[in-house]
Parts: sequence; C-alpha cells; structure tokens
Amino acid sequence: MSLTISDVERVAKLARLELSASEGAATVTQLNGILAFVEQLQAVDTTGIEPMTHAVELVQRLRPDFVGETDHRAAFQAIAPETELGLYLVPKVIE
Amino acid sequence: MNELINASLRDISRALTERRLSAVELATLFLERIERLNPTFNAFITVEPDKTLAQARAADARLASGNAGPLVGIPLAYKDIFCTKGMLTSCGSNMLSNFVAPYDAHVVEQLSNAGIVNLGKLNMDEFAMGSSTESSFFGPTKNPWDVTRVPGGSSGGSAAAVAARLAPVALGTDTGGSIRQPAAMCGLTGIKPTYGIVSRYGMVAYASSLDQGGPMAKSAADCALVLNGIAGFDQRDSTSLDRPAEDYTRALGYSIKGLRIGLPREFFADGMDDEVRFAIDEALNVYRSLGAELVQVDLPNSELSVPAYYVVAPAEASSNLSRFDGVRYGYRAPEYRDLGELYSRSRAQGFGAEVKRRIMVGTYVLSHGYYDAYYLKAQKLRRLIAEDFRNAFAHCDVIMGPTSPFVAFPIGAKTDDPVQMYLSDIYTVSTNLAGLPGLSIPCGFGAGNLPVGLQILGPWFDEARMLGIAHQYQQQTDWHLRMPGGVA
Repeated sequence: MSLTISDVERVAKLARLELSASEGAATVTQLNGILAFVEQLQAVDTTGIEPMTHAVELVQRLRPDFVGETDHRAAFQAIAPETELGLYLVPKVIE
Repeated sequence: MNELINASLRDISRALTERRLSAVELATLFLERIERLNPTFNAFITVEPDKTLAQARAADARLASGNAGPLVGIPLAYKDIFCTKGMLTSCGSNMLSNFVAPYDAHVVEQLSNAGIVNLGKLNMDEFAMGSSTESSFFGPTKNPWDVTRVPGGSSGGSAAAVAARLAPVALGTDTGGSIRQPAAMCGLTGIKPTYGIVSRYGMVAYASSLDQGGPMAKSAADCALVLNGIAGFDQRDSTSLDRPAEDYTRALGYSIKGLRIGLPREFFADGMDDEVRFAIDEALNVYRSLGAELVQVDLPNSELSVPAYYVVAPAEASSNLSRFDGVRYGYRAPEYRDLGELYSRSRAQGFGAEVKRRIMVGTYVLSHGYYDAYYLKAQKLRRLIAEDFRNAFAHCDVIMGPTSPFVAFPIGAKTDDPVQMYLSDIYTVSTNLAGLPGLSIPCGFGAGNLPVGLQILGPWFDEARMLGIAHQYQQQTDWHLRMPGGVA
C-alpha cells in the first residue's frame, strides 16, 4: 500500500501543516519509505496480545479537589503573539 | 584550575565545601571555556553569564554557612527541552525560538533547590526528533572528538558540552536512545532511568509514554549523584511514580563476582561494525575478569523495535505537537488570511522537515481506517518486546551490548534518508518501549579515535545496581577520563 499525493495532502490538512507544491512530491517519497519500513510489523501474529499503551501500567491518580494554582494569566500572555484585554487574538471566525 | 575540568563531582564538591575553591571561580572557569570553545562545537544555544554568576554567588553563601549538600555550587547545563523560567527554551526549533519559559521544569526546580548552578541551555535535534543533532534550528552540533562528525542525538549538545569539558555534567532526555547514543558517540556516561522516575513536568513533550530525562556525565558515580537530585515523585506529572526515595550512589561498591551478564543473540548478530564489536568484546572480558558470568539470552522481537517505535513515537508526537498553533505562545506566521491559515502556516514555517515528517506519519497511523493496522499493532508489539525483556531477566541480572552499531558518522551522511537515520537507534529503542532503565559507558575507541559505548540494561528500578556495575568497570579502565584533543 502506497500513499499518493492526494493522501499526503489530506494528512497534511488533518495535521494543519501547509504543504507547498514543491514539497509535495518529496514528502510522498519519504512517507512511503517510512511506511514501507514500519510495514514489517504486519508479519508478526499478535492474535490475543493485549496492546501496551504505556511504559508503566498505572491507575490514574486522583488528588483532593482544592485550588492549588494561582493566576498566571499575565505571565502566560506576556509571551503570546497577540492578546487584548486578557484574551488571545485570532482572525475573525464568525462573520 | 585546569585539573578541575576532568575532576569528579565528588572531588569538585569537596573542594567547594572545604572552601579551596569558590562556586564563582568554578562557574567562571566554565563560562570562559564556553566562550572560547563553544563557537567550534555549537553545543550551547543560550548562555547568560550574569544569571549563572548570580546562582554561583548564592551557592557560595550556602557553602559559607557550612551545611551544603553535595550538589551546591556544581555547574550543570540543560538540554534546551527543559523549561527554565525567564530563559529561552527553544527545543531546537524555530517554533519556540522566541519562547521564554514562564516556569521551571520540575527537575530544574529540584536542582536549583539543591544548589546547582545553571551554565545554560544546550543544542538538540528539533523537538528531540533525531539521532545526530543536525536538525536543530540553531545549526548542527559538532563532535568534540572530530568536528566533521555528529555528536549523536538528540541530546547532542549535552554530550558535546560534557565531552569538550564545557560543563562537568548535563541533563538530556531519552525517548528512543537520545541520552545513551550521544553519550556513546562522545565518550560519556549517560543513564535513562526507568520510566516514571524523573518527572516530565516542564520537559517539552515528544512521545509522552517514552520520554524520560537523565544525566550525562563523565562517570557513573557522577550520574548517580545527579540522579539523586532529579529523581522523585511529582504530582504535576500524571505518570510520575510515587516510590520511596532512593540513594543511587548506594551500590557503587557493588561486587561483580557472580554477576550474570546476558548477551542477546540478536544484538551480537550482523549489523554492528567490527571496531564496535572489538571494543565491546574487550569490555566483556574486563567484566569476566572481575568474576562475571556471560550467558546468552534471546530478545526475539528486538528487530521489530525500531518499526514499532516509529509508529508509537510519531503517533504520540502528532498529538503532543498539536498544541503549537501560533496562538498562545511560540512562532506565528507573519501573513495569513484566516484562522486555518494562521495554524497551517505557523506550523509549516515553525517546524523543520523531520518534525513535519513525524507529525504526518503520526497523523496517518492514527487516522480513520489505519489505527488498528498501525498504532494498535505497534502497541501489541510493544507488549511482546517488554515480555522478551522480562523473560531474558529470568536468566541474567543485566543485559549488555553495543549502544550504537557504529561510531559517530560524518555530518550529512544520513540526512537524506530518514530510515537510515532511524536505524541508528536499533539497540536503544526497545528499552524505551519497555520502560526499562539503560545506560551507556565509554569502552574504547574505534577508527579515527572515535569513542565506542557499552550499553547496560537492567530490570525496572535497577538503576543503583547498574550504576554500580558501570562504576566497577570505570575503576578498572580510564576510557571515561580521556579527553578529546584540543579541549584541555
């Protein structure tokens, strides 16, 4: 199974990565190289094997529900590209 | 002063506590070396001497008070993946090339409290994705043993800095070998602890189920001392393990007599360069002469660890790196017509080629219709790989083999073929998939006077004994004390 340019464009769109026309062809070749390499996994019979989702199997820890953090908005927004009145600014999304 | 650059942390600490040396003098020595030598190696991204010296003065005040711990006044540099409050934390990326962290990583906080003096931030492969430190937005790091070669990666800046004696010790991170492989290629000792021992809070995430921070230093004894400073439970990391505190120096006097060293058949089959094989065999002879027994073990699925890793890690990366959107912090493209373009252009311009490749591979393997075939399959392989280790450790105490199949390669040699670069990690990634601790120690030199690393893998939570096993070797050999020409 091999990716086409339209598959790669779809993946780039899902990943929110603008892909220029000049990058497209090289990306198809490289991704196909990587996918061909990982294809080796298919040769192993994994019937009945429980997937291992994490390095150490843990039960999600709970903590008492109390306020532990203070307000850092000013410090966090000081490094934002654009803010106003404590809000992050982005281009208008609703006309 | 010059013998200090090759001194152990214990000896440096003794000189500081006995007031034969001040923390300011020590920090100044390393800052001067960085100024003089870093342009050759490009190991550091950020150096802020005023901040370093202020921390050194604070350390001197603690030392003068008379009850200072073993890390007070010790200079250390951080891989630029650890958030340092008020200091650039770039992760080697254009995306974070303007990111001045608003808080400290847990390990930075811990070490600051312990009196460590921060020498600066170290170069790395962009977002820790690489095996050569060539993909950094800030340019490649050079190997101090041969500046035409890579230092390994992704913690290549950390390795080069310690190898060139620009810092006595550094922190790195290891997702698929990124502490051990550069340690091997630069002639250092580096340990990736068991997953969950070192908090990931404030460590920029690449693949969260695999990432683990650890020390890179000249010796196992130095690593043990620094591991004492960074290990421990942190409730801000949901995978941090709540275990009793350990003294990782406690087994440095470990006796090798009767130690069963497992040699995986798969690690010693074809694929390793002859010069690497020779150095590894010599190191095993040293262990045998100390009373160890060598036994053959099998890790039948180890060949599949690299493909399994290159499904699991990109999948997690594609999710983790979705936070970089040009809205809250980091790079924003200068021109865009709407919100969609703000995202896709900021990300296209902010990320480099390898990062984009891994994001796309990850997005693909997680996408509708492919999840079972790739991601779920890789997670099942992951269990088989972890089971292989469990079975092997029933027959041996530790596993040994090469860290890397070859010595440091020339800059540019593997940049055109991602899969060739990925295969650099053949002996290291399985450890991360299983969550096991692994370390690398220098064990000789191959052609061109380039260091070779011996890898030691142990059962979960066996760091103290592994460091003891490494330390015993370093009592018999002096590979770890060799310095590249031109840095003394």
